[in-house]
Amino acid sequence: MVIKNSIRFITAMVFMLPMTVYADELNGADTAWILTSTVLVLFMTLPGLALFYSGLVRAKNVLSVLMQCFAIACLASIVWMVVGYGLAFGDGGSLNKFVGAGKVLMSGIGLDSVSGTIPETVFFMFQMTFAIITPALIIGAFAERMRFSAVLWFSVLWLILVYAPVCHWVWGGGWLSDMGFMDFAGGAVVHINAGVAALVAAIVIGNRKGFPQTAMPPHNMALVVMGASMLWVGWFGFNAGSALAAGSSAGMAMAVTHISAAAGSLAWMACEWIRNGKPSVLGIVTGMVAGLGTITPASGYVGPLGGLAIGLLAGVVCYFATQYIKRGLKIDDSLDVFPVHGVGGILGTLLTAVFAAESMGGLGLEATMSSQLMTQLIGVVATIVWCGVITFIILKLLDAVIGLRVNEDEETEGLDIVLHNERGYSL
Amino acid sequence: MKMVAAVIKPFKLDDVREALSAIGVQGLTVTEVKGFGRQKGHTELYRGAEYVVDFLPKVKIEVAIDDDATDSVIEAITNAAGTGKIGDGKIFVSNLEQIVRIRTGETGSEAI
Repeated sequence: MVIKNSIRFITAMVFMLPMTVYADELNGADTAWILTSTVLVLFMTLPGLALFYSGLVRAKNVLSVLMQCFAIACLASIVWMVVGYGLAFGDGGSLNKFVGAGKVLMSGIGLDSVSGTIPETVFFMFQMTFAIITPALIIGAFAERMRFSAVLWFSVLWLILVYAPVCHWVWGGGWLSDMGFMDFAGGAVVHINAGVAALVAAIVIGNRKGFPQTAMPPHNMALVVMGASMLWVGWFGFNAGSALAAGSSAGMAMAVTHISAAAGSLAWMACEWIRNGKPSVLGIVTGMVAGLGTITPASGYVGPLGGLAIGLLAGVVCYFATQYIKRGLKIDDSLDVFPVHGVGGILGTLLTAVFAAESMGGLGLEATMSSQLMTQLIGVVATIVWCGVITFIILKLLDAVIGLRVNEDEETEGLDIVLHNERGYSL
Repeated sequence: MKMVAAVIKPFKLDDVREALSAIGVQGLTVTEVKGFGRQKGHTELYRGAEYVVDFLPKVKIEVAIDDDATDSVIEAITNAAGTGKIGDGKIFVSNLEQIVRIRTGETGSEAI
């Protein structure tokens, strides 16, 4: 009797052993979540960002923004497949500190290829959606005046020469990840990159005709809010998906992301209410974007209090940054890409070192706070310098070869008619 | 014959239309216009970019009337469109040379 019960007991124990005995094999839950996250992040670009940006420009340019977002999504996808993925995540051999190589046209990636606990195709796709949205973010800087062909060429070259290398440094086994640089979901890779490129582009291309005296208000705030709402929802895929697993890390990333979004919104709203007497809907959604962009690098490392602090700081800092760039420096970064994504990305990347510490409610730092802060600073500066310089060169080259900007008459008439022979609205 | 044009505040359109109807004015033409006289515009603020919007939306009503109806039409419009605040608008009366009803070919007072 004792032996029978012992056998029953042991059998029961064996069957209750956790199934994750084998480490680097396919996990269905992880795969399902990252498949879903891929959908969410693509949704951020199409139509989230597309709507957000298109509502912000004047009616005569609404289609040009939609066209640029859509075309960049298509183009970035192909570039990623052909060469981008390998440059970012491949093995660069002797140059692997700086750039990857291989996997051209997805060679070597088959049904059975695995990346961590998910199929490599899924990892490839998830990362592709990041490679799509980053160049799409930049178009806000030169909205309403850049030629479509120049936008396309710029996006391709920028993806290959700026995005892929920086992505490799941080996530692809490059020198920043070797240093212990912490960027959970793309503070440097996406937001600092896009923000700095935007600032450089706005300066190189020049201000819109009539800026800043002429009124150029958003033509459709409803589209802006719709787009912004989609960004919030999609960002859960962006940050929580960057856990690359369905579990507690994703859960905490989702929580801190959401708290930061809400806090950033309210902080910006408060700033406007105090300074202007009235809170605006453009303000509250921009605060949301600031909160989300700033928490991005920290999202997998900080706790809820860190999320709250980062969100509140993001709302306030990015609010003042926006005022300074447009009204102080009079740089026409038309849709405020640098003050929101660039400044937010820098702030969040640095604050990661602070709020990841257990003393600040974070999930723990491997280094000391001050040494991690130094590492973060190095990564921030490296990204700014590489992105800034290469973006400048690409733009100057394109300007010389094909010309970047439409002429004054074309700019006045509107890009939709001039570049696309279409009207956004036939009322 | 006179052409009476009145630029009024948009939300007063229904009141003016009823008032004119009450004194027997049958048809009118309405256009949406922008303008300002002494009424100040407003400011809009988008992420720190401040715009002063000078032009205010108004509605312009045009009616063709007989000369002897002029005073009652002016009175009707004034009473219906007035709020007592700056921006109520103006009435312009000009001479009308000729009117033709397209369907029947009637001219002059018959066509009013």
